[in-house]
Amino acid sequence: MDELLSEFLTETSESLSTLDVELVRLEQEPNAPDLIDNIFRLVHTIKGTCGFLGLPRLEAVAHSAENVLGKVRDHELVVTPVAVSLILKSLDRIKDILAALEATEAEPEGDDSDLIGQLDAMALGQVIPGIDEPAAEPEAKPVERQLKEGEATEEELERAFLETEIEETEIEPIEVAEIAAPVKATPIEAKVEPEPHAEKSGEPSVASQSIRVSVDVLETLMTMVSELVLTRNQLMQMVRGQADSEFKVPLQRLSHVTTELQEGVMKTRMQPIGNAWAKLPRIIRDLGHELDKKIDLQMLGADTELDRQVLEMIKDPLTHMVRNSADHGLETPAERAAAGKTETGKVVLNAYHEGGHIIIQIKDDGRGINVEKLRAKMLSTGMATEAEVGEMTDQQIQMQIFAAGVSTAEKVTSVSGRGVGMDVVRTNIEKIGGTVELASQWGKGSTFTIKIPLTLAIVSALIVESCEDRFAIPQLSVVELVRASKESEHRIEMIKDTPVLRLRNRLLPLVYLGDCLKLANASEHELTEGAEVFVVVSQVGSYTFGIVVDRVFDTEEIVVKPVTPLLRDIAMFSGNTILGDGSVIMILDPNGIAATTSDTKVGERSDDDEHHAQAVSASDTTTMLVFRAGSEEPKAVPLSLVARLEEIEVDTVENANGQNLVQYRGKLMPLVKMDDGCNIRESGRQPILVFADGDHSMGLVVDEIVDIVESRLDIELTASQAGYLGSAVIEGKATNIIDVGHYLSAAFSDWFTSPDEAAFGEDDVRSLLLVDDSPFFRNMLTPLLEVAGYKVTVAANGDEALALREKGVAFDCIVSDIEMPGMNGFELAEQVKSDSRWQETPIVALSSHVNPKDLERGRNVGFSDYVGKFDRDALLSTLSQTLAEKVEVA
Amino acid sequence: MSAQDTSNSNSPSLDAVDEPSNGAESEEFVTAIIDGQLFGIPVLSVQDVLGPQSLANIPLAPPEVAGSLNLRGRVVTAIDLRKRLGMEPADREKSMSIVVDHHGELYSLLIDEVGEVLRVPMLNYERNPPTLDPRWRDISQGIFRLDGRLLVILQVQRLLDIIKLAVAA
Repeated sequence: MDELLSEFLTETSESLSTLDVELVRLEQEPNAPDLIDNIFRLVHTIKGTCGFLGLPRLEAVAHSAENVLGKVRDHELVVTPVAVSLILKSLDRIKDILAALEATEAEPEGDDSDLIGQLDAMALGQVIPGIDEPAAEPEAKPVERQLKEGEATEEELERAFLETEIEETEIEPIEVAEIAAPVKATPIEAKVEPEPHAEKSGEPSVASQSIRVSVDVLETLMTMVSELVLTRNQLMQMVRGQADSEFKVPLQRLSHVTTELQEGVMKTRMQPIGNAWAKLPRIIRDLGHELDKKIDLQMLGADTELDRQVLEMIKDPLTHMVRNSADHGLETPAERAAAGKTETGKVVLNAYHEGGHIIIQIKDDGRGINVEKLRAKMLSTGMATEAEVGEMTDQQIQMQIFAAGVSTAEKVTSVSGRGVGMDVVRTNIEKIGGTVELASQWGKGSTFTIKIPLTLAIVSALIVESCEDRFAIPQLSVVELVRASKESEHRIEMIKDTPVLRLRNRLLPLVYLGDCLKLANASEHELTEGAEVFVVVSQVGSYTFGIVVDRVFDTEEIVVKPVTPLLRDIAMFSGNTILGDGSVIMILDPNGIAATTSDTKVGERSDDDEHHAQAVSASDTTTMLVFRAGSEEPKAVPLSLVARLEEIEVDTVENANGQNLVQYRGKLMPLVKMDDGCNIRESGRQPILVFADGDHSMGLVVDEIVDIVESRLDIELTASQAGYLGSAVIEGKATNIIDVGHYLSAAFSDWFTSPDEAAFGEDDVRSLLLVDDSPFFRNMLTPLLEVAGYKVTVAANGDEALALREKGVAFDCIVSDIEMPGMNGFELAEQVKSDSRWQETPIVALSSHVNPKDLERGRNVGFSDYVGKFDRDALLSTLSQTLAEKVEVA
Repeated sequence: MSAQDTSNSNSPSLDAVDEPSNGAESEEFVTAIIDGQLFGIPVLSVQDVLGPQSLANIPLAPPEVAGSLNLRGRVVTAIDLRKRLGMEPADREKSMSIVVDHHGELYSLLIDEVGEVLRVPMLNYERNPPTLDPRWRDISQGIFRLDGRLLVILQVQRLLDIIKLAVAA
């Protein structure tokens, strides 16, 4: 039997039995979205596979069933017993056809139009009188005909199979050429896979070179070898103690043999990735025919080996992705020619090793991903609000193709386009600890990069010690190691009880491993002279933190064993392992440590990745420094604005002109007190926050630094009190966000003042409209401008700004960002200038990068001036100049 | 062509309680002594009997979990039966242990001393007295009357319900 066919039969019958169970469950819990998704995917997979194998009858039935399920998933249909029975009935039909297929290797003849008619009618929301009646819905028919034109007349069936056979012979030599090398390298590989279907007798003589071994046997062998290694290690250790042992030489030999045996057995688990690719040439060829595309599939690095367990897991996602690249990625020959490309589209599959990982790239030179279209799609399906979409980078939006329910294909074809698939791909890859990334350029093509561990069973891990217990940390999540001691440049500093480490001008939050595992009393962290600890810098998502351990040993290849169910609830561990010396140690899970120790959004963040819509907000967090000054309630300031945290000796504070000053870095730095009666201490050391800007620096006197947290900067109330921006909820507490600008101007009266400020009087307050998509920037610029005497109104985008115009609000000047999602600054300016209401209002452009071309374009569309985003002096002087000019004109 | 993960396919529960009265005339138990009390564990669930072992500490584990050890390349979780039964703690490093297999995982039950393997007639079986300490009643399957002493039969399944216990507490 055709290998593809036999594999398909096994897989599909597995899926079908799962489906039976799942559907019954669905009937009981009709509102479980996971269940619906899963059912939908299974049916989708069956349909897709049928399509490729040229099984039109099966495909037609599955397609119609999928239509119904799709409606259910999109909440257009409710789950009723009738619907479930109908789906079950179609599954039964599929099973019947499969049984015949298995027996005869051909799809049996028969007519499914009754069933398909019912399914389509249901998909259209029509009530079905009785399932068993052949409900010939006249409206439903045309739809079905359109979708499955000419399903399965006998000749066609015949022809389809003839074609299939021809393809087989055509494609064979290519396949052999592609995978010949790996087969030679490990003759055993092909035989490792369990093959439930008996092959026909009379195998070619090549087969006698290898034998079939069941995977179980290999697994047992692997376990035995591990034990042997451990025993060998024990013996070695015993002999090492004795100077002259008669066992030394034989043991040496035993050791050698054991090592070789271990390597040999490991090798049996490894298979070339080409095995997972074997099906692809044919799939691509069929796809090319079906879609009328010319596709050139190149496969590089097919002999890259990886663990068979990983291989199994990666096989389906890979197939799916290649199919997607060919279907969605590549254009039709006509389109390609029009775009100045060669008619033949290229899909390149490349696999290679990189530092304990396998990197697999799937690259096409097709049309790339249309970010705008995807953006619109996300809005129309309600996956994200306009504001959320607006704040996403192109990269983030592109990644949305991995979310469930997104498809860029305009029409639903039998190949793809239902938005199922890429999320499955990602789920499968992530399940084995891999990642998938996407880089796409509109018009040029897309590259998917999959990074997966070589093996799941054995990982490289760093062995560390804390409080005399040893632990393993997967090397994957370790970024670097830092030695910290009292004397070295890396010193652990405390903010209240929170340890931090300065690492390349950033504060790295630290976690004592002993503390978070409750190994020792936490207070004993004060390092004595000469003592040192190690900081294992780990990265979880975008959160970087340090794990403080007492000692660092070596990296070791460890065999990961799952923890007993009794301990599954402990998030800190991802497994346990037996070291070379026979001791059992726990494998730490940095993810769990981060989630349990930091209260940040780390945990949620990984969720967010799944819940696409929230992905935006996660990237939107700001690191806040929380402190107390004067009153009890916490106050906070974005950490990025703080230059340093210092403690100064109170004795060194000088007093001049009623202002407290301190000598700091060779200059006099003014100390500013918070208004709430926070006073400089009588004696000892005084914590201060240092804010610096160019030549100026200022110390803000605080009582206590509480914490550094990552939080969304959602300022909820604009405080009426000077010195505060407003309050935000940080760590569940209402926290006042201080207005740094206020204190800066208190310290240096000239900090913000521009020479021309006097151009308009005190009472003549100028109104400004600030348009910027970044909430952080809005929050930072607003106080700055307000301090300078403007009345500021903010808008998050061009539309909001124009809405204000509709309301009849007038401003003296508009300050607008250039790079904004949706309507950009140039477009906004055009809009503003095109309407009489705001025509006279000068617009100042803000941009993070100013180049001459932009400048010119800006002037053309009506910007009065152009200011770099981070140049506040320039902004203020430009504003006052612009307004002065306006007054003159008026 | 995706081999979908069918993790949610309900695996049939293996929590079959090993009732001793399954028609057999007698039952065989490995006996253990903890604090002078004789306990029995069905002989078929016993994998190994070990002398004192050094245990690797498992931080954050429930107090009943004494640690883990390496038994011929497999990781075995040690359960302190004294703790589990609410008795005074003893030196774990000196305890002997009975290794049982439960759902494919190995657990070593720390006890004071291993006794003989006993075959006891079903005639001597009796249900737990209702006045028994609830902690014991929960994990005891019943009592066998022996000559001069009583044999408390331990249910491995219940013994390992430590997580549930922690939640309930």
